[in-house]
Amino acid sequence: MSNALIEYITVFVLAGFVGIEVISKVPTILHTPLMSGSNAIHGIILVGALAVEANAHGTLQVVLGFLAIILATINVVGGFVVTDRMLEMFKSRRPEQSKQ
Amino acid sequence: MSSYIVATSGLTQSEGVHLAYLVAAVLFILGLKQLSSPKGARKGNTTAAVGMIIALITGLIGLHPSSGRVILMVIGVVVGLLVGTLSARKVKMTAMPQMVAAFNGVGGGAAALVSVEEYMRLVAHSSQGVVFVITVVFSVVVGSISFAGSVIAFTKLQELMTGRPVTYPGQQAVNGIVVVAILAIGVYLVGFGTSVALVVVLLAIALFLGVAFVLPIGGADMPVVISMLNAFTGLAVAATGFVLGNTVLIVGGTLVGASGTLLTKMMGDSMGRSLGNVLFAAVGKAAPGGGAAAGSVEGRSVRSGTPDDIGVMLAYSQKVIIVPGYGLAVAQAQHVAKELASALEKRGVDVAYAIHPVAGRMPGHMNVLLAEADVPYEQLKEMDEINDQFKLADAVLIVGANDVVNPSARSDSSSPIFGMPILNADEAKNIIFMKRSMRPGFAGVDNELMFDPKTIMLFGDAKDSLTKLVASVKAA
Repeated sequence: MSNALIEYITVFVLAGFVGIEVISKVPTILHTPLMSGSNAIHGIILVGALAVEANAHGTLQVVLGFLAIILATINVVGGFVVTDRMLEMFKSRRPEQSKQ
Repeated sequence: MSSYIVATSGLTQSEGVHLAYLVAAVLFILGLKQLSSPKGARKGNTTAAVGMIIALITGLIGLHPSSGRVILMVIGVVVGLLVGTLSARKVKMTAMPQMVAAFNGVGGGAAALVSVEEYMRLVAHSSQGVVFVITVVFSVVVGSISFAGSVIAFTKLQELMTGRPVTYPGQQAVNGIVVVAILAIGVYLVGFGTSVALVVVLLAIALFLGVAFVLPIGGADMPVVISMLNAFTGLAVAATGFVLGNTVLIVGGTLVGASGTLLTKMMGDSMGRSLGNVLFAAVGKAAPGGGAAAGSVEGRSVRSGTPDDIGVMLAYSQKVIIVPGYGLAVAQAQHVAKELASALEKRGVDVAYAIHPVAGRMPGHMNVLLAEADVPYEQLKEMDEINDQFKLADAVLIVGANDVVNPSARSDSSSPIFGMPILNADEAKNIIFMKRSMRPGFAGVDNELMFDPKTIMLFGDAKDSLTKLVASVKAA
């Protein structure tokens, strides 16, 4: 096995543990925003889509890469914007609370 | 220019790229951490977005596309930006869940396409290692399942097709054969031969499996399915990271894959269901085995009341608990509900909202809607907190909720929702059940609570009925 591959496997395993650990105490009310926020994070595939499009050879590869860029951008942008809209709703309750 | 800055700080370009990816990865982790506590949640989303911007800019370093290709890349990003922003901004709060499904699906589709393309490009020149092919196969299959499954989830929640489970004879057998076919093609590609055509076939079969896999799952279970498909896309992206040799894809994808898997399990737990039960039990199918229970509805009578009578009753109560559900969201009645609560409070009535973990179409759905209507946070009670108080309540007002107050979840072991923890609305002295019709809830299960002697039905659109209740409370 190459060093690079071992590095990737290391990163994969450690990220797996971190992913589980970091959200283990999430309250029920945040399940949806958390899902939506993590949904935006896997839009990181846009980095890959841009890279393959830059290196693509031939019409078919260029078309596939172009499609991938559009889909991945929708994932990233839509994901973050929709999560922000959900969480925007949570902020107004604090002042209301102190009034009571 | 970026490479110049990096060079002057004494790093090679590659070292700089790796460090920037590390910064992005840390921001993703911090973002997820903040997203899982109510205080930092909104900041967490921003933190993750900053990480994303850093990763995207870094990803462009070292690419040398032709100028024609640059134009295509820019057009692609702009199109995605417009579609993503517009749909995320325009979507109604009630349609949030299917929007998340759609954004998840396109990510899975992108992961599959990127892997297909990289496979086409590299196998044209030389044969590739085993790990490369395994990860290509994995991301193509899992990404395609996530894409097609999300499309079906979207279609069901948007009510473009029935939300009920779709089953047909031999369904499991067909799915089983498809899985075997996928494995066979995968093994061939890994061990025996190179074929772009077979990778495309793999993609097509996986799309079919995604559709076939989500069709038999009922609409009420969709949130759990979307969460699972979200984890799938994460894993597909991580696999694509192996294909491309890109660590930030591996980190980002794996974080989502791992946290998404845990989140899926937590959502299942809050419905009292195992993941296997959600995926394979076809809960909410029309005319379940116990046909007697389903057929019994028409013959029995319910008590219905007028808004005036009910308004007076509420006005002279000491304690009222409001149980909101999806009907409240559909009718956009959260502001009127808050108005009613305020009118009651002015008269000295103690008002609280009982929020079931899966009320609405998604966990947290009701909290979001009621927060939008400026309902004070401390009036929103989670199930465990309020379940003992129903017996002290003079009236419980059920606004567009159904399955989450269905006592058969407690008592009837043949009920598809048996075992789901429910709100003890049946313990209140009076039960006001606001509903549009006698239709069963999203799980497709009849509700015995409607026939309880303490129950008064108030038929009509939730918003209209609540408006009338407000008027009658103020007049009382």
